[in-house]
Amino acid sequence: VSTAVSAKPALPGAVVAVGRRRRRHRQLTVIALLVLALLLAWAVTLTLGERTFAPAVVWRVLGGEDIPGVSFTIFDVRLSKLIIGTLAGFAFGLGGVIFQTMLRNALASPDIIGISSGASAAAVVSITMFGLRGRAVATLAVVAGLAVACVVYLLAWRQGIHGSRLVLVGIGMGAILNGVVSWALTRGHQYAIAEAMRWLTGSLNSSFMEGVPSLLVPVAAIAPIALWLGSRLKALTLGDDLSFSLGISPGRVRLGLIVTGVGLVSVATAVTGPIAFVSFLAGPIAFRLLRNSGGLLVASGLFGALLVVVAEFVGQNLLGTRFPVGIVTAMMGAPYLVFLLIRANRNGTAL
Amino acid sequence: VTSVTVAGPDRSLRRRRAIGLTVCVAALVAAVVLSLALGARPVPWADVIAGLFDPDPGEIAHAAVRQRIPRTIVGLVVGAALGLAGGVMQGVTRNPLADPGILGVNAGAAMATVVAIALLGIDHVTQYVWFAFLGAGLAAMAVYVIGSLGREGATPLKLALAGAAISAVASATISMILLTRIDVLNVFRFWQLGSLGRADLSQLALVSPFFLVGCIVGIASARGMDALALGDDMAAGLGMRVNWIRIAGAVAAVLLCGTATALAGPIGFVGLTMAHLARMVTGPNYRWILPYAAGFGAVLLVVADVAGRVVARPEMLDVGIMTAFIGAPVFIAIVRRQKVREL
Repeated sequence: VSTAVSAKPALPGAVVAVGRRRRRHRQLTVIALLVLALLLAWAVTLTLGERTFAPAVVWRVLGGEDIPGVSFTIFDVRLSKLIIGTLAGFAFGLGGVIFQTMLRNALASPDIIGISSGASAAAVVSITMFGLRGRAVATLAVVAGLAVACVVYLLAWRQGIHGSRLVLVGIGMGAILNGVVSWALTRGHQYAIAEAMRWLTGSLNSSFMEGVPSLLVPVAAIAPIALWLGSRLKALTLGDDLSFSLGISPGRVRLGLIVTGVGLVSVATAVTGPIAFVSFLAGPIAFRLLRNSGGLLVASGLFGALLVVVAEFVGQNLLGTRFPVGIVTAMMGAPYLVFLLIRANRNGTAL
Repeated sequence: VTSVTVAGPDRSLRRRRAIGLTVCVAALVAAVVLSLALGARPVPWADVIAGLFDPDPGEIAHAAVRQRIPRTIVGLVVGAALGLAGGVMQGVTRNPLADPGILGVNAGAAMATVVAIALLGIDHVTQYVWFAFLGAGLAAMAVYVIGSLGREGATPLKLALAGAAISAVASATISMILLTRIDVLNVFRFWQLGSLGRADLSQLALVSPFFLVGCIVGIASARGMDALALGDDMAAGLGMRVNWIRIAGAVAAVLLCGTATALAGPIGFVGLTMAHLARMVTGPNYRWILPYAAGFGAVLLVVADVAGRVVARPEMLDVGIMTAFIGAPVFIAIVRRQKVREL
């Protein structure tokens, strides 16, 4: 395409139009491929596993037919985990990329700067110490996530916000909050490793159909707002003055994005625990796939969902023992963190 | 001829060191007394004293008190090792955020130990302490190499994040192994959090030579660290062999962290906080910082352990959780004090 453009000297407008069309094309292709991959992962998870079912059987169960012995496995075990994993992954990916773009730093994702740990600590305290469940847990998780975000931001503020300081303060905050999680687990009852895994690294093992509404409703409510605000995020990366002159009030957009981003990550954490590194990984990888062609937020959400679903399948079926999803994503995320560090410059790193 | 006054430590600094030493010794005594007297089970003072000096084997309270003796001694040693290791790591990396926990060295030691216990079936401290050294050494090397790559070299941010990455891999690996061996989980649990609950004097005796060598090497390289603080070129100009100082420091840190982790699991933030406290008391001279950091570390670990026994009665909070509560705010305060270009 580039040779075609240079061979025939086109009007600047035509060049821009070609670029725009190409970016649009790439964006649609990437998103379509991610959706396709997600559907494929769903199909594989539904059919393969400890028991393998013929696709036709799966199809009949999904169509509403009740097949004794099969329906339970497909519908209550696999499908519920798929739905919750997909929603949580989407929320983690979207929430993470909002932070990374807004702070212009890939390291400043909610799971690295302690916000997920805050939501997790609130969830586990409200469950083990106060016996709450469902909507109350999610609400408290969101409140705690917002509170931690505020505290980290304020503590990192010294004549302005700087990426390195924010990340380091967040790491310290995360250590305290993980201590709170361990404390709550020790106090509640005998320290149960399965519960500990869920609240420290994330797990879908206690995800059932009853839990779907408490995740679906808030994600369906918050995600569109986040995507709408996110369409204005691009202008923010140009700097406050320029975005202001484009008619966007940076303060309000930023506040709205922080609240929705924290909200998404927190409601997901309240159900699955902080699935390690999903928020951190989704944005940068989606960005590499898209190459600046737009649609970053949707693609990050989809990639987050894909990551959780695939990691869950790997953890449940391919490693000998059943491992919670967070362990698998931690194993994938840590090398990527190392890779980013090697490339990073002093200001942390842009996406 | 003009007389040159030798720039020795001025009087106020000497006084501060003396006061610091007094406070440290007093705090040590108090911490030991508290550690013997307080526990998950409340025991009256009369029984504490009787339990220590004239134990009655049939009395549960006396047995409880006697159980606290090894716990206290191991706590002192582990705390001193971690405090000293933190000081050494800060000196060698010239990094105010260096700590055996934050840089992932303890997590690496714990991972190697758990892997060895699970795969090779060894169960004796003299066997797995070697794996703790191996893990600590590999983790330290990995963190330092990863942190040093890239444009600016080993900045505190990159070292801390490299440590976070190593810790994430290590704790995921430990979890994977623990989940496959659910039967032995309760024995292994302390490998994830750090705890003095399994303290054992015979184990301590077996690994104490490593601890002593670590202490000696660490303190012996203090003079070199003072030179390093001036920068590599200046240190070389003063006749120091910069690389040998770094290697000696690394060996000391690995021995100390490996010993501490083999005895008590991965515990963070002790070295970080206590080395800074020592620096505040003694001034910037590592020959003073290191011994004070060891003393303060012993106090902190024992006090944190006592607090963990008392706050969650009748449960016990692992000491690794308590040190995070105490140490992480200090970590944040240090981050805030640094200038951005130093991070």
